Amino acid sequence: MSNQADGKSFDWVRAAPWLYTAGLFVLWEAAARLFGLPQYILPAPTVVAGAIVDYWPAIWKNSLQTLYTTTVGFALAVIGGLALGILVGWSRFIYAGLYPLMVGFNAIPKVAVVPILVIWFGIGTIPAILTAFLIAFFPIVVNVATGLATIEPEMEDVLRALGARKMDIMLKVGIPRSMPYFFGSLKVAITLAFVGSVIAETVAANSGLGHMMLAAQSQFNVPLVFAGLVMLAVEGILMYAVMAWIEMRMTGWAHRSALANT
Amino acid sequence: MSSPLVTISDVQMRYGGAEGTLAVENLTLAVDKGEFAAVVGPSGCGKSTLMRLVTGLHIPQQGVVEVAGNRVTKPVSMVGMAFQNPTMLPWRTTLDNILLPLEVVDKHRRRLRANRADYVAKAEKLLETVGLKGFGEKYPWQLSGGMQQRASLCRALIHEPELLMLDEPFGALDSFTREELWCVIRDLHAAQGVTIVLVTHDLREAVFLADRIFVMSARPGRIVREQVVPFSRPRDLELLYQADFNDIVHELRGNIADARKAA
Repeated sequence: MSNQADGKSFDWVRAAPWLYTAGLFVLWEAAARLFGLPQYILPAPTVVAGAIVDYWPAIWKNSLQTLYTTTVGFALAVIGGLALGILVGWSRFIYAGLYPLMVGFNAIPKVAVVPILVIWFGIGTIPAILTAFLIAFFPIVVNVATGLATIEPEMEDVLRALGARKMDIMLKVGIPRSMPYFFGSLKVAITLAFVGSVIAETVAANSGLGHMMLAAQSQFNVPLVFAGLVMLAVEGILMYAVMAWIEMRMTGWAHRSALANT
Repeated sequence: MSSPLVTISDVQMRYGGAEGTLAVENLTLAVDKGEFAAVVGPSGCGKSTLMRLVTGLHIPQQGVVEVAGNRVTKPVSMVGMAFQNPTMLPWRTTLDNILLPLEVVDKHRRRLRANRADYVAKAEKLLETVGLKGFGEKYPWQLSGGMQQRASLCRALIHEPELLMLDEPFGALDSFTREELWCVIRDLHAAQGVTIVLVTHDLREAVFLADRIFVMSARPGRIVREQVVPFSRPRDLELLYQADFNDIVHELRGNIADARKAA
């Protein structure tokens, strides 16, 4: 940062994400033009940008729908994952019983679950929310349970010798200790939540980016398909950044070296 | 030396059911009130089991453990513990780490909110005693290993325990820091009148600090020798280089070698 302040040299590391992104788009544009690829194979970025402008009202509406189903599903996953993670980390008996079930459940491709959700809830918003929830739930549970399961035995001895109950140990040590794992898992979970909601929208929905892309594809409107992909990427990056920021804010103590140097 | 604070009579402790490992057998020892006792032995001799028996984290299958005249059947909240690993919670300041036991011990947790200022003053006084004055607001990871270990001693003492159990508390420190902390512990013992049981494998540490040393056999652990340390207090680090000091260390060294061979 001081590099920028004295104006002598350019901070390449800070600029790198933007430079690489710009580079990717330039390469893509050049390839599309150089090889004269038709728009229905690979539209150039400028064409995709044009499609975003042309179809903006539809893109905006569907983007909001996808963002809505994703965040609701994600919020449910946070609540459910935190609760089940604490439950699983609480006792070895619950852990031993539930863990294989959860692994088995997580191994089921979620796209196979969507038809069942449609039978239960009909086509639309709810299957998308539930798919996002189902797919984002697992990493949160595993991370919270891991944080609880790895309490130092000495720490537990110190407190138990003083007459601490399980509840005391959980509240004073276990739960604060699992927070870095929890907030770390949010970054993974939000990305997976997008996967879940788009899968459901592609299979069974009347709106959302997944639905829009499917409709555009059936009309050979490939620039609009790519416009949907770009919007998904933008939403994904934004939400990831929000989660990373929350992680930094909430568990700064876990990034010791970073804090120790300030 | 008055009546015993800790008595262990003919205790047997086996882990993992009837066919499991026998950790200690026929274990008998007594520690007087205000005494500084050390327990040494070959590794795996059940020193940590002894710690957990006295603090009530394990209840023996046979025999009786008594602390302050009461048979131990559940965790006794009047002990403080410190380990080789200082186990400070990184999200709490050093001061808040030291106050942690007060949030747990029944007697104090009800009074903590109303009398917080008193408790903080007490914690700061303890910090000063161990040479950490002004470090209370620092986070544990901003402290060196030796400083964290000092803080963990403060945490073990904050609720004014009658008994302090130390499980190789200086094992991970360099030798200069270790000698410094020996003096800290020596002065704490002199100033607070607390009874201390130190589990260690460092014989010089045991002889320098303790009034009485118990030598344990290899597993299943029992006391094979009791050595009274005759040096008067306060002891100076110079003692480490005196001939009679080294004689005792040498003899204990021989006992432990025998105990290892017997295994």
